[in-house]
Amino acid sequence: MAVDVNSNKYTFLFATVMVVIVATLLALASESLKPMQTANVNNEKRQNILKGVGIEVPANEAETAYDEYVKEALVIGADGKVKQTELNAFDIDVLKDYKSGLSNIYTKLDVQEFSNIDEIRSELAAFNGGKGVNFPLYVIDKDGEKLYVVPLVGTGLWGPIWGYLAIAADGKTVVGAVFDHKSETPGLGAEIAQPAFQIPFKGKTIFDEKGDFTGIKAVKGGAKGSPHGVDAISGGTITSNGVTEMIMRTLKLYEPYFLGLQASDASASGSMGVGENSGLGEEISPDSAAVAFMDSLDVEKVDTTVVVD
Amino acid sequence: MSEVAVEEKVKQPSEPLFSKKNKALISNPLDDDNPITVQVLGICSALAITVQVKQAFVMALSVTFVTAMGNVIVSLMRNYIPNRIRIIVQLVIVAALVILVDQVLKAFVYDISKALSVFVGLIITNCIIMGRLEAFALGNKPWPAFLDGIGNGLGYGLILIIVSVFRELLGSGKLWGYPIFGHKVGALLSDGSLATEASGLYALGYVDNGLMILPPMALITVGVIIWVQRSRNTKLIEA
Repeated sequence: MAVDVNSNKYTFLFATVMVVIVATLLALASESLKPMQTANVNNEKRQNILKGVGIEVPANEAETAYDEYVKEALVIGADGKVKQTELNAFDIDVLKDYKSGLSNIYTKLDVQEFSNIDEIRSELAAFNGGKGVNFPLYVIDKDGEKLYVVPLVGTGLWGPIWGYLAIAADGKTVVGAVFDHKSETPGLGAEIAQPAFQIPFKGKTIFDEKGDFTGIKAVKGGAKGSPHGVDAISGGTITSNGVTEMIMRTLKLYEPYFLGLQASDASASGSMGVGENSGLGEEISPDSAAVAFMDSLDVEKVDTTVVVD
Repeated sequence: MSEVAVEEKVKQPSEPLFSKKNKALISNPLDDDNPITVQVLGICSALAITVQVKQAFVMALSVTFVTAMGNVIVSLMRNYIPNRIRIIVQLVIVAALVILVDQVLKAFVYDISKALSVFVGLIITNCIIMGRLEAFALGNKPWPAFLDGIGNGLGYGLILIIVSVFRELLGSGKLWGYPIFGHKVGALLSDGSLATEASGLYALGYVDNGLMILPPMALITVGVIIWVQRSRNTKLIEA
């Protein structure tokens, strides 16, 4: 104990040794725990993809369930059509792409009118040194029904938000949505991760009857039973707007693919012949509990209908 | 002289692990020496994470762990830490502990780590932790330092839980995520459907107080707790 703990030499030595020990310890911990952390992240991704179509599985069964349900993982190019590539769609990290430069392109996109969508598509095609952008699309077979899950990324109030939106085989009806966030305000913007916000997406459509793209918007003051809108979160306006922007923009980029789906779906139902119109009508107003619930709330709309009649 | 020294040495370990003095290390921070209401430390994090009881609970556990372990480590090293860089040393220890905890949580209990990760930064900058390392661990043995860390962590957690109970109950009508006042229209029911009509208090016209969700209300709640505590315990009132 003859060492003077306050001498310069000792202080310097102490600091050096401490830094080396702490750095080694943390590096060891980080390296040894990394495989488990990556597995957790991947399992959560699988869980979220499946949750988008209403399949809830615990994390330890996510991998088997994913392999069972997800039939195909497609890669969509900047033109919205399936791209031939060696890339595994599951490995595409849309959040990373978004942060690494896609968001700069997206900010130029007019998500209300989509007047400059062609310009954006050509910019997306030139992304990443001409390799173009890769959008994953998961094709799920749930009880014989084909469902398409689209990953979404966007910006909330305090940080990134993301989600998965599942579209039915008709290419326009939403069968489910999940959202999550990094740091939105608890009780306000963070409510996008709650079922109360997500369930109303069920049964909404992203195209109107004429076949024009409408997307889905989170509407302030209530969506009033609109087939293309859900209730925004009170006090979470910027997060809700972020959700709207993220859905509108992403679905617009996939639009050509969904139009293709609609074409093949129409020809399939057309071959059945009778009752085509009533079949379409049923699809526009699906018997989802959420839509019925929204309609039941909509007192004003009932009144106006009476007046119009 | 030598006899006294020997007696000291023998007497020291015979002090029971939970002597009156050691018990006070745990009980004092819960009341008379509470880190939030009396020392007025760690207010920022108390405002940020008390919207829901669950979050407050996880935060309280994490802070208790980091305070206790940090105290023990600094106490073990207290004779070897150069005086001039002691704050940096403490900071490095706390930061390393927090990162370690976060990494372990991410690997083994991913769900909890997701709820916690936002607050990791807040733990590192929490004044209570640095305060206890500086004020207690540097001058005491590891066991009392450990108890002091546990006590202060619990004292912090106690206030956090009290504030979050008020805020979650009055702000969202829930406790630990379970609805207490009944359902609002549009709330998710246990069978996965949405409530089409209000039940419980909401059916009588009760409306959640949105102000309770916002940080200023946490400050006011802490203020009320301080007021109540000082009016009951007059020795805390400064002249």
